[in-house]
Amino acid sequence: MIDYGFTEEQLMIQELARQIAEERVRPVRAQLDEEGSHSAEIMQVLAESDLFAVFIPEEYGGLGGGALELCIATEELSKVCGGVAVSYAATALGAYPIMLGGSDEQKKKYLPAIASGEKLAAFGITEPNAGSDAGGVETTAEKDGDSYILNGSKIFITNGGVADIYTVIAMTDRSRGARGASCFILEKGMEGFEFGKEEDKMGIRASATRELIFTDCRVPAENLISREGMGFILSMRTFDHSRPGIGAQAVGIAQGALNEAVDYASERIQFGQPVSSFQAIRHLIADMATKVEAARTLVYQAARQVDSGAKNISKLSAMSKLFASEIAMEVTTNAVQIFGGYGYMREYPAEKFMRDAKITQIYEGTSQIQREVIGLEVIKEAKFRDKK
Amino acid sequence: MKIVVCIKQVPDTTEVRINPKTNTLIREGVESIINPFDLNALEEGLRIKEKMNGELIALSMGPPQAESALKEAIALGCDSGILLTDRAFAGADTWATSYTLSRGIRRIGEVDLIICGKQAIDGDTAQVGPSIAEMLDIPCITYVRKIEEIDKSNIKAQRMMEGGYHLLESSLPALITVVKEINEPRLPSLRGKMRARKEEIIKYSAADIVCEIDSIGQMGSPTVVEKIFAPPVRDKGTMIKGEPSEAAAKLVSELKEKGVLL
Repeated sequence: MIDYGFTEEQLMIQELARQIAEERVRPVRAQLDEEGSHSAEIMQVLAESDLFAVFIPEEYGGLGGGALELCIATEELSKVCGGVAVSYAATALGAYPIMLGGSDEQKKKYLPAIASGEKLAAFGITEPNAGSDAGGVETTAEKDGDSYILNGSKIFITNGGVADIYTVIAMTDRSRGARGASCFILEKGMEGFEFGKEEDKMGIRASATRELIFTDCRVPAENLISREGMGFILSMRTFDHSRPGIGAQAVGIAQGALNEAVDYASERIQFGQPVSSFQAIRHLIADMATKVEAARTLVYQAARQVDSGAKNISKLSAMSKLFASEIAMEVTTNAVQIFGGYGYMREYPAEKFMRDAKITQIYEGTSQIQREVIGLEVIKEAKFRDKK
Repeated sequence: MKIVVCIKQVPDTTEVRINPKTNTLIREGVESIINPFDLNALEEGLRIKEKMNGELIALSMGPPQAESALKEAIALGCDSGILLTDRAFAGADTWATSYTLSRGIRRIGEVDLIICGKQAIDGDTAQVGPSIAEMLDIPCITYVRKIEEIDKSNIKAQRMMEGGYHLLESSLPALITVVKEINEPRLPSLRGKMRARKEEIIKYSAADIVCEIDSIGQMGSPTVVEKIFAPPVRDKGTMIKGEPSEAAAKLVSELKEKGVLL
């Protein structure tokens, strides 16, 4: 066992998340995947176990942890099911804009219900014409007295429909581009706020992904987070905080696939011996394990950097998400290879890990966007270094 | 409402291995858990506590390491844990165990309801629950699969029977033993785990619970275990495959051949 320097509380989170994953998620994961259904029952178990409280400050009903605690829980859930894990992690994503930019009143109103797990949260920025280019948001928010009128739609929203609290990016001033974006808190049931298409996905099928539609949706001005024009900056800060969580999801998926592959390789007999006794397989396993460990260490380091309160966390956060997601894709693909023909069959768990892994390279910023973030930061740092 | 749940720490396996020389259980390398039926007892206790705003105490008799089972009970939501631990308690059979636990309950004072699992997965006797009730001279309902009603002075419960149930009513204080069908035990919470870490487990020795010294431990145990053995492994049997009509015909002919059917 490797000592990651976790506190006693962090070890408890790990142990409990692992127990929930094994006892409550594993027995139903194939069924959830097959049906493509979000499990309210499992969310209830996570809620009763206080796992939604780990990333929320104590003064707002949480247990006062941060990104590392979120990563630990997400990784354990992902080892069994990446879909259940993202339903959990996406609630943190939806809560981050409130935690990072919300007023004390907004925090008091929304965070305790998220911490207790009574309400799930979701974050909405993506639109048909605004994916990697977050500045292309077309949803508008027009000021009207002491409220804003939202019009437009969001797509591919994790927890869409099942969450009660939504943090949504809309343009308050389209002429200013990204600087004209603002962030609002919406609640399920608000007039003019409806849910559209439910997506049928390749992986993470145990999570809900849905369209949000705003038709003259009136949102009280007090639900504006921070001030007008801060939406884009708030989104970037949110991603800086949440990306290690996706890294942790990727590490969990990779580790889960690796575990299955190692067990299988030790049992599968070919040419009169377990396939794990062949160097070709053994070395493949060695590379997989080494890469997963490297990704994990980078994710924990990024999470610790986030929790330290350091100012510039973009680069390391992006690195952890980029590296872990690329490793997850590689490791899960190799896990299928180790399973051979059985790996390609739905009956065995290997192919699900591979399908679940792919999304980690895409959402919360594609691998290409992560490289942009990292590249720009590294070049910026180099200029600063030369001046010294 | 004061509720006591009696729990036992058992080895985490249903295939307990036995040392053929000493005829005792091999515990080395086997993780200890709370007896699964006792988890149902705890869950039912927690539900009553939550509904009636009561106090829930987990009670166990065992070696000092049984403290971890009581900590787990606190992590699940019990208010406190009491461990009856003393070298003099060692080697107790079901009679001495029941006596010791009943003395421990007396020491706690006024108790309205005692809940036990129907039996422990290591010994499988199902004797301790009813024996405690007998020694405390209170009513007992065994194999409870559902509590229909409970208030401060009465309980109405379904006692599981083969193919049905008895509906029994009793005054309180009483003891019930529960079957696994009664509920699905919850998992611990983080807050519970954190509280359990800090909470002190109360420990009572033989002197603390006021008991007859010749009624506890091995000395107080009328049962003598002559021999413990693993049952012989049964043959695998034959699987008759194929179409149902053909398989049935084959089964009948084989049974006739063996003289089972004439």
